[in-house]
Amino acid sequence: MTRLAITFALGLIFGCGLYLSGMTDPQKVLGFLDVAGLWDPSLAFVMGGAILVALPAFRLAAKRRTSLLGYAISPPPSRKIDAALIVGSSVFGIGWGLSGVCPGPAVFNLGLLDGEATVFFAALIAGLALERLLPLFLLAASPAEVEQDGR
Amino acid sequence: MQIDWAHFSPLAGLAGGAMIGLSAGSTILLIGRVAGISGVLAGLVPPRRKDADWRVAFLLGLFAAPAVIGVFRAPAPPVFDIGFGTIALAGLLVGFGSRLGAGCTSGHGVCGLSRLSLRSLAATLAFMASAMATVFLVRHVFG
Repeated sequence: MTRLAITFALGLIFGCGLYLSGMTDPQKVLGFLDVAGLWDPSLAFVMGGAILVALPAFRLAAKRRTSLLGYAISPPPSRKIDAALIVGSSVFGIGWGLSGVCPGPAVFNLGLLDGEATVFFAALIAGLALERLLPLFLLAASPAEVEQDGR
Repeated sequence: MQIDWAHFSPLAGLAGGAMIGLSAGSTILLIGRVAGISGVLAGLVPPRRKDADWRVAFLLGLFAAPAVIGVFRAPAPPVFDIGFGTIALAGLLVGFGSRLGAGCTSGHGVCGLSRLSLRSLAATLAFMASAMATVFLVRHVFG
């Protein structure tokens, strides 16, 4: 229970940080992305501030097997730079550039009980689900590949 | 390139960023998990649901943030100035792309870069470039 209360507080801090930084304002984000127009470089400071604080924590975590509260630490993810990484990130960037909203602010804005923010969030979840289901569609479409992968 | 001095807010950016970093850093140190929001969300979406409790707790905190901030000053609702169709398309691309690329601004941009991961650097450069290109096309080519 303590762990969940702490995790709730961490989500709250994350949200307050997003708000204070301007990340939850789509027009502020678009002002940063619009390098050819009137450019607002503020969001570079957001990422800088975040990394400045998080970097020592991640370094420390990398040296530990369990968290300070005794839970297993997620193993470092894959290091592969492959097509899925680049294509997926680029697709994400198109959506971010169209709307000015990325996943964190999408959850924050949902908490504002705003109609457009709710539509965005619902579509985001649909996108997540679609990506999850894609391998199933592909497997169904190409049984030969299934055999090859031994799955 | 012209700087938008009227909206430039480096101190609020640094302070807000530091809070995001505090949250992400504490999440890995205390709970042992990566606070990448698209990943936190995706872990709750079938067919691969896993360790739901901390995900729900973190997201509820994020969801409750506007109400808590509202005690001091009500946060303004987001201004999209694009139609519902474009909003839905953008949401779909954000959800699909961030999963295919295994991370978003928080997962790759904050946590991955803090881990000094080259993979996350590549992802961050890719989504920054494509987002800037998209805004360029929307505002300066078709706008």
